[in-house]
Amino acid sequence: MSLFKARVFVHLRPSVLDPAGEATRSATKRLGIDGVTQLRIGKSIELEIEAANKDEARSKIELMSDRLLANPVIEDWSLEFKDEQKTPIN
Amino acid sequence: MNIGIIVFPGSNCDRDVRWATEGCLGIPTSFLWHETTDLNGYDAIVIPGGFSYGDYLRCGAIARFAPVLNSLISFVDKGGKVIGICNGFQILTELGLLHGALTRNKNLNFICDRANLSIESTKSSWMKNYKKHDSISLPIAHGEGRYQCSNDVLKKLQDDDSIALRYAHNPNGSINDIAGITNKKGNVLGMMPHPERACDDALGNIDGKSILSTLLS
Repeated sequence: MSLFKARVFVHLRPSVLDPAGEATRSATKRLGIDGVTQLRIGKSIELEIEAANKDEARSKIELMSDRLLANPVIEDWSLEFKDEQKTPIN
Repeated sequence: MNIGIIVFPGSNCDRDVRWATEGCLGIPTSFLWHETTDLNGYDAIVIPGGFSYGDYLRCGAIARFAPVLNSLISFVDKGGKVIGICNGFQILTELGLLHGALTRNKNLNFICDRANLSIESTKSSWMKNYKKHDSISLPIAHGEGRYQCSNDVLKKLQDDDSIALRYAHNPNGSINDIAGITNKKGNVLGMMPHPERACDDALGNIDGKSILSTLLS
């Protein structure tokens, strides 16, 4: 078994209104920063998972992302392995 | 004597405060929309509880940039009295008028309860009717009321006699049981408990009346 570190980004689908992002974008103007045309807020979920190999780790995380971390009706997600170097578990 | 209550989109304790100050105490009180910049003529400003700008990003993070709060900083510099209650306390820390930050309660629950408190400092004008270590009970209602600061800041708060209120039984994991603090000068008070909800005999608790009525004398 090896330990894999991954990060899942969950974000609203582009067609879904993000009121928190819009409110934050308007605060950037009040801070004095012009030109922010798009600001959308998502979640970054960091996790470590034990698996026999990277493919197994990936499929476990994919299942988790679809069923738990994101709501596919309104959210998209993307997955990134944080560290390509896998750590062997004794 | 005039009190101004700042109203943000999402404030929901603004009318409770007005009922307490004007209805129960007879102090002329006005609402100030968050886009106002003129605070002339007010003796004290209240930043009420609620969910300013929906608490998006972080509690108080967006409210901190409201036009009225630039004017509030000069109001405080000139010695004006400010109290931030609950979300108002969160806004004052985001604004930097008070040290530290308020984070998610330790047990992750939203707590709606009554808390026993000890008066720890009578430095601020809001607390001048009390004696140190007086006990009072006030309603609390918050999901993010866990006060946090570095050890250096905690020491500074202690050295400056800026810890205004402590919980008798810490409900949310706040460092050092802190429920409310003041700035160094003592004209700005931030507190998680709601004194405005304890000013009317009909509600069965008037322990908060003393804090708001200090402005009358």
